[in-house]
Amino acid sequence: MTSIPQTAIAEPVTSLADEAARRPPVRRRRSYRRELVVTVILLPVCLLWIYPFLWMVSASLKTDTEIFGSVSLIPEEIQWENYARAWYEANIGPYFWNTVIVTVASVAIVTLTTAMMGYVLGRQRFPGKRLVIVAFVATLFLPEGYTIIPIFELVNRLGLSGSLWGIILAESGGAHVIMIFLFAGYFRQLPNELEEAARIDGAGFVRTFWQVMLPLAKPAIATAIILSLMRVWNSFLIPLVLTLARPELRTLAVGVYSFQGENMTDWSGMAAASTISLLPIVAIFLALQRYFVEGVAGAVRG
Amino acid sequence: MVAETLWRRVWEARWSYVFMAPTLVLAILFTFYPLVASWYISFLDWSGLDSDREFVGFANYVEAVSDPYFWNAFGRTFAFAAVTVPGTIGISLVIALVLNDQALRMRVVFRTVFFLPVVTTTAIVGIVMSLVLNPFDGPVNAALLYLGLIDRPIDFLGDPNLALWSVAGVYVWKWMGISMIYWLVALQTVPSQLYEAAQVDGAGRWRIHRHITVPLVMPFAVVICLIGFVGALQTFPLVQAMTGGGPAFSTELVEVYIFRLAFAAEYQPRLGYASAVAVFFGLAVLVLTLAQAWGVRRAATSQRELRGGRP
Repeated sequence: MTSIPQTAIAEPVTSLADEAARRPPVRRRRSYRRELVVTVILLPVCLLWIYPFLWMVSASLKTDTEIFGSVSLIPEEIQWENYARAWYEANIGPYFWNTVIVTVASVAIVTLTTAMMGYVLGRQRFPGKRLVIVAFVATLFLPEGYTIIPIFELVNRLGLSGSLWGIILAESGGAHVIMIFLFAGYFRQLPNELEEAARIDGAGFVRTFWQVMLPLAKPAIATAIILSLMRVWNSFLIPLVLTLARPELRTLAVGVYSFQGENMTDWSGMAAASTISLLPIVAIFLALQRYFVEGVAGAVRG
Repeated sequence: MVAETLWRRVWEARWSYVFMAPTLVLAILFTFYPLVASWYISFLDWSGLDSDREFVGFANYVEAVSDPYFWNAFGRTFAFAAVTVPGTIGISLVIALVLNDQALRMRVVFRTVFFLPVVTTTAIVGIVMSLVLNPFDGPVNAALLYLGLIDRPIDFLGDPNLALWSVAGVYVWKWMGISMIYWLVALQTVPSQLYEAAQVDGAGRWRIHRHITVPLVMPFAVVICLIGFVGALQTFPLVQAMTGGGPAFSTELVEVYIFRLAFAAEYQPRLGYASAVAVFFGLAVLVLTLAQAWGVRRAATSQRELRGGRP
C-alpha cells in the first residue's frame, strides 16, 4: 500500500478488456454451452441486483395507492407530478443545484491541487519529501467520524457556515492520498526529455507544468475527476453536519434523508426525489463505466 | 554549513513547495488539524459552539470505558465487519471468477450491473432500501408473500434481532462491486499460459483454481481484505439512512453513536465526550489495521520464500 502505484491507466481500454484474441480456441463447443449456462444463470441475478433501482423508478411514476397495491413494475398511468412535487414542494430543486455547485467546485479544486501535488511528488526532489509522503499515507486509515467534530467547529469559526463554501472546502480538504499517488505515478513515468526541452525553450517551472506536463496527464485527470465526482456527489456526513442549522444549504443526499423524516408516507415523492438524485451519477457512470472501473482498479494495483 | 546547504536546497526547490501549498493548506485545515483537535476536544466538557468549555482531563475516557452504549456500539461495529467483510469478499470472488472468463460475451454488461450500486449515493440508497424492505407494502415482503415463502411480513428493519443483519445484507450488495473489480485485477495477473498448460494436462476447472489461481492471487487477497475491513467500519451513511441506529439501539454502530452524542442528542450535545469516543475508536481501528498490515507483510515474505525467492 505504501508504494506509489505505477498505474496503467494510460490504456484503460486494454487492461480489463478483451484478451480473447490472445487465447487459442480451446474446446470451443464446451465453452459455448458453458457460456449459455452462465448467461442464463446470471441474467436473473443481475435483474435482482438492480431491482431496487427499477422499483425506485417505477414507484416514482405511480400513485401511492398503486405502490402499495401492485407488484407490477409498470405504472398504470405515469404520474409525472410526483417529480414536480419533489422538485418544488420538497425543495429537491434547490438541493439539486447546491449539489451541482458543491460537486463542480470540489472536483475542480481537488483535481487541480492533487495534480500539482502529484507532479511535485512524482518528479521533483526537495527536503521533507519523505515526511510529506508518510503523513499522507497515514491518513488512509482514518475513519471519517474521527474528524467531523473539529471540522464542524472549524467551519463555524472561519465564518463559512453561512455559504456552500464550508462544504466545498471541507470536501476538498480530505487528504486525497489515492489521487495524489495516481498523479505522482503517472507523472513519474513521463520521459525527462520533456522537461529539458521545455527548459531550453525558456519555460519556467509553472509553464512547464501547465503547458507541457498537465496536458499529457489527461488519462490521470479523467480518473481523478471520476473518483472525486463519485465521492463528492455521494458525500453524506460532512454536508449533513454542516447544514444542520441551515436547511437551505442541503445537498441531495441530506435533502432526501430529511425528506424521509418529514414526509414518512409520501413514498412516490420520496422515490421521485431519490431518482432525481441518483440519475446524474448513474448516467455518468453508464457513459464512462470503463473509466470508473479503471479508477477503482488503480487503487489496488499500487 | 549544514544549515546553509539545507537552506539552499529548500530555496532551489521553492516551486515544489509552492505547488504543494494548496493541497497542504487544505489537508492541514481539514485533515491534520481535526486529527489533533479531536484529541484536545476529547479532554473537554463542552456542549456546543457557544457554550463554555471546561478542561476535565481523562474524565471522558474514564466514562467511555464504563459506558455500555459505547461498548455495545463497539462490539456491533466489529460484528458488522466480521459478517460483511467475508460476505463481500466471498461473493465478489465467485462473481469475479465467473466474469474473468474471456469467452463470456456479456461480461461487461454483467460487470456494469454488479458495479452499479457502488456509484450511487449511499444515504439515498439506504432510504430506498428502507422502503423496499418495508414490512407493510415493501416489494420484498410482497414478493415473498406472493411466492408463499412466508406467512406474514418480515420486519427487516423493525425487528431488533434482525435489523443489523438486514443492514449488513444491504451493505454487501452496495459495496460488493468494488471487491469484484479488485479480484478481477488480481485474476488478470495470472498468466494465461498457466491455465492453458493445466488444461493440456487435463486438469479440471476446480483443480486449476485450487492449484494455480488461489496461490497466485493470495497476496492480493490480503490487501483486498484489509481495504474491505477499513471500509466496513465506515458505515455511517447507510445505517443512519436506513435505521438511524434503531430500533432500540440495535443498529447503533460507533459512528452513529458519535453522531448522536455530538449532533442529535436528546438533551444536550456532548462534543467532548463524542470526541473521546471517536479517538478511542480511531485508535482501536489503527491498532487493528497495523496488526493486519504486519500480517500482510509476513504473508508476503513467507510466500516469497515458498516460491524460492522470486518476487
